[in-house]
Amino acid sequence: MSEEMKKDNDVLLSVKGLEVVYTSAGAVVHAVNGVSMEVKRGQSLGLVGETGAGKTTIAKSILGILPDPPAKVLGGEIILDGEDLLKTSEKEMRKIRGKKISMIFQDPMTALNPLMTVGDQIAEVISLHEHCSKKEAMDKAMEMLEMVGIPAERYPEFPYQFSGGMKQRVVIAIALACNPELLLADEPTTALDVTIQAQVMDMIADLQKKLNTAMILITHDLGIVAESCDTVAVIYAGEIVELASKEDLFLHPAHPYTIGLFGSIPSMAEDVDRLTPIPGLPTNPEKLPEGCHFHPRCSKCTAKCTSGDIPFVEVSPNHFVRCACCGAE
Amino acid sequence: MSVQKETVKRSKKESMTIITLRRLKKNKTAIAGLIILLMVLIMALIAPYVAPYDETQTDLFNNFASPSLEHPFGTDELGRDILSRLMVGSRDSLRIGLISVAFSSVIGIALGSVCGYFGGKIDSVVMRLMDIFQALPPLIMAIAVCAVLGAGIDNCIISITISGIPGYVRMARASVLNIRKMEYLEAATAINCTVPQIIIKHILPNALAPLIVQITMGVATNILSASNLSFIGLGVQPPNPEWGAMLSAGRNYIRNYPHMVMFPGITIMLCVLSLNMLGDGLRDALDPKLKD
Repeated sequence: MSEEMKKDNDVLLSVKGLEVVYTSAGAVVHAVNGVSMEVKRGQSLGLVGETGAGKTTIAKSILGILPDPPAKVLGGEIILDGEDLLKTSEKEMRKIRGKKISMIFQDPMTALNPLMTVGDQIAEVISLHEHCSKKEAMDKAMEMLEMVGIPAERYPEFPYQFSGGMKQRVVIAIALACNPELLLADEPTTALDVTIQAQVMDMIADLQKKLNTAMILITHDLGIVAESCDTVAVIYAGEIVELASKEDLFLHPAHPYTIGLFGSIPSMAEDVDRLTPIPGLPTNPEKLPEGCHFHPRCSKCTAKCTSGDIPFVEVSPNHFVRCACCGAE
Repeated sequence: MSVQKETVKRSKKESMTIITLRRLKKNKTAIAGLIILLMVLIMALIAPYVAPYDETQTDLFNNFASPSLEHPFGTDELGRDILSRLMVGSRDSLRIGLISVAFSSVIGIALGSVCGYFGGKIDSVVMRLMDIFQALPPLIMAIAVCAVLGAGIDNCIISITISGIPGYVRMARASVLNIRKMEYLEAATAINCTVPQIIIKHILPNALAPLIVQITMGVATNILSASNLSFIGLGVQPPNPEWGAMLSAGRNYIRNYPHMVMFPGITIMLCVLSLNMLGDGLRDALDPKLKD
């Protein structure tokens, strides 16, 4: 794909000012606060952040499967192919869910129905979306199994007969069975060990290239981001604090939080006795601090940080940072 | 590839019913249960033609007879042949037991899974209704139903069905609540299953194990509660025979003529045991994790 083509209005998904809250027992939890991002066709965006930063909530709101009552989308737009998903009816959503957008779940151990053969579970999504006979769906399911590297003979086996890595492959096969345009991978490798992680990520990247699928990869593992993403968004307390191309982010991290994250990774090159962690705990999303949400933990905190809106500034082309101390001045 | 696909397809077609049956066949207890159950059912079907005596014919010179060649199970207080009464009585008893359990389990499981799945208002309303049903003793309930609809077997079935529902609702709800949290339901939503599809295809099969046991036990309980109703004159009307009624009638003579309770008791026990054994085996055969 040439550079021009990428630049051409090839934006598949754009999220603008997304806001999601959870209400539980009277308390309002601000899970996502005005997240805006774009994903281009065939590209992948990494969402990185601590547990509870709102990564999964973002993915689920894109797919429209947030559990409402507790969760509520307050505002924003999620535009896929020119269509605002937050405004589409549930009936229209049904055509999109699983077909245009699909999701890989975190834990393959529980993401498969233990009483259905793996083949049937793949065939299920196919027959839900393609108008085809049962036999065609089965054939397609077998193809999908082969594609993720599982012999088609294992179609009639049950999830318990598969190892964790193979189950995750089945989950991936289900997600890719209808050639989705957008794949939401919610920590696809968290439950797997390192060698299998590499295999699974390689496979996802391969299939993504083959099917020209865009991907949002949710993870807290910067190593995986380095391997398989084009752009990275760092999320803190439901906000994107830094958005940049992978190279920019890894070479010139600008936000103190991003720098802190890198400081917490053991380095192979240098001999360091102690890592430098980020002090403190993630903010309580019920009472977000004024100003920059990160300021209570930030070593570079100044008076500017503690109140008002923090601008999202472009420190270099296509590299945005939400920090009062970095950038334009 | 195509050959391979063929084999896969064949084994796949097998995988559902045939594998279950094959696994059931390996389970000797389940097969024994199935055979006994079939025998009871066949007996119920052909009873009027093969019963040695008319089940309502009294013979007062020959009452309380002990088992003999003439009356293999003896006779009751009016000299009626117990074997014939057991055989003919199986029709009403089985009808009451099986039909009421079928209805109350289907209704109960449907309500329970809806409650468990949706929670919230529907859940509270239905569960409070069930509380009311459970607060009334089943017998009072049955009397109320019969007072409105009149006595008779059909109304007896209706009242037993109603008093059986809350148990199934509770159990199904608890089971569904457990499964509700599972990620594969979220995954099913994400690939766009509709709610009925999710409940029927993904939740119920996983929630069924404890329910199967409850259902097989339910048949026995219901045969016995039918006898309670018969006892107060609301169920099967005398002189028509019915197992539970025979059991309670024989209770008065248990000291001197134990055969009057023994044979109906054994019959009920055999019937229930066979259902239990079959139910247990079926539950195991349906669980892929216990394969082979």
